[in-house]
Amino acid sequence: MVERSILPLRLTKATLHRSGKTLVGPVDMTLAPEGFTIVMGPNGAGKTSLLRLMHGLERPSSGRVEWAVDEVASRPRQAYVFQQPTLMRRTALDNVAYPLIVHGMKRQAARARAAEALRGVGLGDHAGKQAWYLSGGERQKLALARALIRNPEILFLDEPCASLDGRAIHDIEHILLTAHAAGTRIVMITHDHGQARRLASDVVFVHHGRLHETAPADAFFVSPQTQEAHAFLKGDILI
Amino acid sequence: MNDVLEGLRQAALLIVTFDADLMQISARSLQVTLTATLIASAIGLPLGGWVAVHRFRYRRSVIALMNALMGLPPVVVGLLVYLMLSRSGPFGVFGLLFTPTAMIIAQVVILTPLIASIAHQAIRELWAEYHDLLISMNTTRGQRIRTLLWDARRALLTAALAGFGRGIGEVGAIMIVGGNIDQATRVLTTAIALETGKGNFALALGLGFVLIGIAIAVNMAIHFASKTEVSSRW
Repeated sequence: MVERSILPLRLTKATLHRSGKTLVGPVDMTLAPEGFTIVMGPNGAGKTSLLRLMHGLERPSSGRVEWAVDEVASRPRQAYVFQQPTLMRRTALDNVAYPLIVHGMKRQAARARAAEALRGVGLGDHAGKQAWYLSGGERQKLALARALIRNPEILFLDEPCASLDGRAIHDIEHILLTAHAAGTRIVMITHDHGQARRLASDVVFVHHGRLHETAPADAFFVSPQTQEAHAFLKGDILI
Repeated sequence: MNDVLEGLRQAALLIVTFDADLMQISARSLQVTLTATLIASAIGLPLGGWVAVHRFRYRRSVIALMNALMGLPPVVVGLLVYLMLSRSGPFGVFGLLFTPTAMIIAQVVILTPLIASIAHQAIRELWAEYHDLLISMNTTRGQRIRTLLWDARRALLTAALAGFGRGIGEVGAIMIVGGNIDQATRVLTTAIALETGKGNFALALGLGFVLIGIAIAVNMAIHFASKTEVSSRW
């Protein structure tokens, strides 16, 4: 049986308030079934809130966030990589095997799959290590391997490469491009303009909780339509 | 000072001669408190996890009550369990009063809130760390609690040991529901109380040192068995 795609994701006047402040919204947008979307914008613009809203970690205060399928049916097909990867107090291998085991796979089979996934992200030698002892880049790769282990249809990433060096960024981008080539829809926040240019198929520019611009990457980087995006790309400080 | 030295001598003597009474009393102490600790942990640890993870209307009150019950006076628990188990009480038909089972029941009542409360503290911190991740992974509440219990196991061991510590040194409740009957329900603490009352300070002290020795031995055994402090963080 071919599973029905959970995409497109449609946000209709979706808003998120927290203690009287509007963090994001109202947002109207549609995430098409394919692509590598980069979310850009200054700090505090509401990028993370937007992703959390899409992923269902936050419920919209008003408006709607709708998948092509029932919300409950959409959950197992999504994954999220946090800015600070939350590593469980287990070995690297058990961290990656966890999502499989918790959703019913036999421990042994799950560990075998996890070991394979760890090799895939270049952490094959660290399988038996406590996750806590990994370096920053290794942790982020571990979180990626864990997020991808159940072959999600869509993967959200919140600045996965913040404060990593060139080598680690290169590795992570490679993992992401591989996953994308294999059919994973990706939505990723980044502050790194170079990275955005390297990866994006389309760009969402967020400022003050609003979507200021959504455009294909080529168009966005060459000729941004809004003044804010133009200033942002030029390197001006947006307040 | 003489009493203390004499106590040490008595304790050494009792131990090296494998005094039959001492062995029996110590074994009963261990049996009662270890059983009570196991049962209280089986109730208290999941309860602490559940309260940490589940949001419900009276959550704050339940937590406050749990914390308050940590200081439950053992004699009062003893009295209540006594009334429940006495011939005229609701559970009188089971004939449990003045048996080790009654002592275990009383200790379970005393230890459960303590273990649940410490477990709740530990799990709450871990839950703050894991919250987004476990929700993102689409886990059920039961799975979240099990995951937290497993990953916080070192801290939960401390909760269980705190429970054991409170139980092994407890005298008020087990005296009342056990009755300190020779060969039947006498344990180290009640024996110490008895010997002190009789003016047998040396023997009482000897038993006291044995009691302290057992408490330390159990803690050390679990400490080494579970390899705490071997790795720097967990």
